[in-house]
Amino acid sequence: MTAVETARLTLPDDARAVIVRHGEASYPHECCGVLLGRETDEARSVERALPIENRWDVAERGNRFLIGPDDVLRAERAARRQGLDVLGFYHSHPDDEARPSTFDRDHAWPWYTYLIASIRAGRCVELAGWELRADRSAYDPVRVRRESESE
Amino acid sequence: MTSGTAEATIHIPTALRGFAGGARSHDVSAATVGQALRRLADTYPALRPHLYNESGGLRRFVNVYLGEEDIRYLQGEDTPLDAGAEVTIVPSIAGGALEAETAEATRSVLSHDEVLRYSRHLIMPEVALVGQEKLKAARVLLVGAGGLGSPLGLYLAAAGVGTLGLVDADVVDVTNLQRQVLYGTRDIGTPKLEAAARRLRDLNPHITVVRHDVQLSSENALEIIKDYDIVVDGTDNFPTRYLVNDACVMLGKPNVYGSIFRFEGQVSVFHAAEGPCYRCLYPTPPPPGLVPSCAEGGVLGILPGTVGAMQATEVVKLILGIGEPLIGRLLRYDALEMRFAEFRLRKDPDCPICGEHPTVTELVDYLQFCGIHPQPAPTEVVAPELQLTPTELVALRAAGRRPLVVDVREPHEREIAVIPDSILIPVDQIVERAGELDREREIVLYCRTGVRSARALKELRAAGFGRLKNLTGGIHAWADEVDPSLPKY
Repeated sequence: MTAVETARLTLPDDARAVIVRHGEASYPHECCGVLLGRETDEARSVERALPIENRWDVAERGNRFLIGPDDVLRAERAARRQGLDVLGFYHSHPDDEARPSTFDRDHAWPWYTYLIASIRAGRCVELAGWELRADRSAYDPVRVRRESESE
Repeated sequence: MTSGTAEATIHIPTALRGFAGGARSHDVSAATVGQALRRLADTYPALRPHLYNESGGLRRFVNVYLGEEDIRYLQGEDTPLDAGAEVTIVPSIAGGALEAETAEATRSVLSHDEVLRYSRHLIMPEVALVGQEKLKAARVLLVGAGGLGSPLGLYLAAAGVGTLGLVDADVVDVTNLQRQVLYGTRDIGTPKLEAAARRLRDLNPHITVVRHDVQLSSENALEIIKDYDIVVDGTDNFPTRYLVNDACVMLGKPNVYGSIFRFEGQVSVFHAAEGPCYRCLYPTPPPPGLVPSCAEGGVLGILPGTVGAMQATEVVKLILGIGEPLIGRLLRYDALEMRFAEFRLRKDPDCPICGEHPTVTELVDYLQFCGIHPQPAPTEVVAPELQLTPTELVALRAAGRRPLVVDVREPHEREIAVIPDSILIPVDQIVERAGELDREREIVLYCRTGVRSARALKELRAAGFGRLKNLTGGIHAWADEVDPSLPKY
């Protein structure tokens, strides 16, 4: 299916706060975590953001993150228990833009929403959402909105 | 083991179902895992670019499980299939800000010496080489290197946990040696982490011990904890317990909890991603002074040995991914009855830090949270004119005055050391037994260090006694000033 309109993601303030503080606390390392929520025809709605351990070799956590298969399976189980789905994942880019890199693209999965937090000098300056195109050629931006915004 | 094709089912992850016509699973006939996956890609060509790279190999973060086992630890794509095999594709999620590919970590490979050292682990399939490598790659932080930290440090070092961080700012004291088996007599007066690092490196030279010679605080907790995979709470005070809990929730780390009191212990694993945190169990700390420390209430020396070993067991299980961790369960151990009890713990949806709408988003002042003032307010202040030193008491008696000397300790303490010509009325009975005391007579109250006797003095004054003195420094001071033959305890 072609994305004619930009995909939308609702991110409530408390889930946003979890991501921001995880990113700021992990600086200058990359942090990562899971987005749990629900999908309807029009949009995805995050209910919880779950911080997850960055499994990448600690020497390179400044610019690499990894959520291993055990953690993915556990997150899916936790989601099922709460009646939610794993909608996607978040991670941070310390001192870099909230845009996916080539490395991100080479290793991304389609369907998931990827939230990237740009953390500059320990403060979160931007949060942006992305989805990998089905042909893996590029990412499409996802519009991230707060609950209070109306359509 | 059958050779030839078998009927197998491949479970398709959510992210790829759209490329498989929405299917959650797909049945194939194949001889090996690799063949099964290729058949899947033949049936659903749209899957191919997401499963395979340009050279035709599986993409790096496509994990394939046969049953419960990652095929990387079996024979990879050549792993043969048995009838009814379940193959599951599980994503790893990876990314990063720079372009360069990096080599797989080689640091967790074991040397010949290590293979020999860990042979009793390696011959068990539940651990095996892959498990031992996981232990070596693991980074575990022990908060507290005392009663619980001792067995934790010893057993985790022995097990081969590759990086052990220790947090403790204390110096080894002789009273520690009743239970803190990490240390010895020659370590008295040495910083605990200096002695601990020496001992643990001797036990296992293949691990790295990282010293954090500090008190954990809101200023340093996130910075220290973020580099570790698992945190173990071996602390002895409530402010630090809440601090460790909150930092672990914020950073997504599991917190292996243990506590001891006299003859009872508790163990659990708090992992906010999957279950309750410490605040779900104890949302408010006890009022200060209600729960005595080991110095005040005493503890069976062996108890932290048992509890710490149980915590170490949970750490190893978490690293290896085997067994049932104590997430959502509290294990209570009563050493006198020799009974274990288990209680289910539930995540509190209203928990202020790990619940659905968290209100705690930063580390706070935990001393304040626990109602402890930064300058410890002395519980009883005794005015100088009511204080009497042991030397002064001796002088009084030598001058012919005969004050009534009242020991307000517990009966078993009198067997250790006693001031001659004193009577015993334990402090908790002092008011109800005040009738045994002559109000007209000079009374000198003493205990071990002068704290309980100060409380007794205050209570007797309130009961109308006018001629009271508190023996400053208690029987400890008497041993220092008057009679060094008395043991101090």
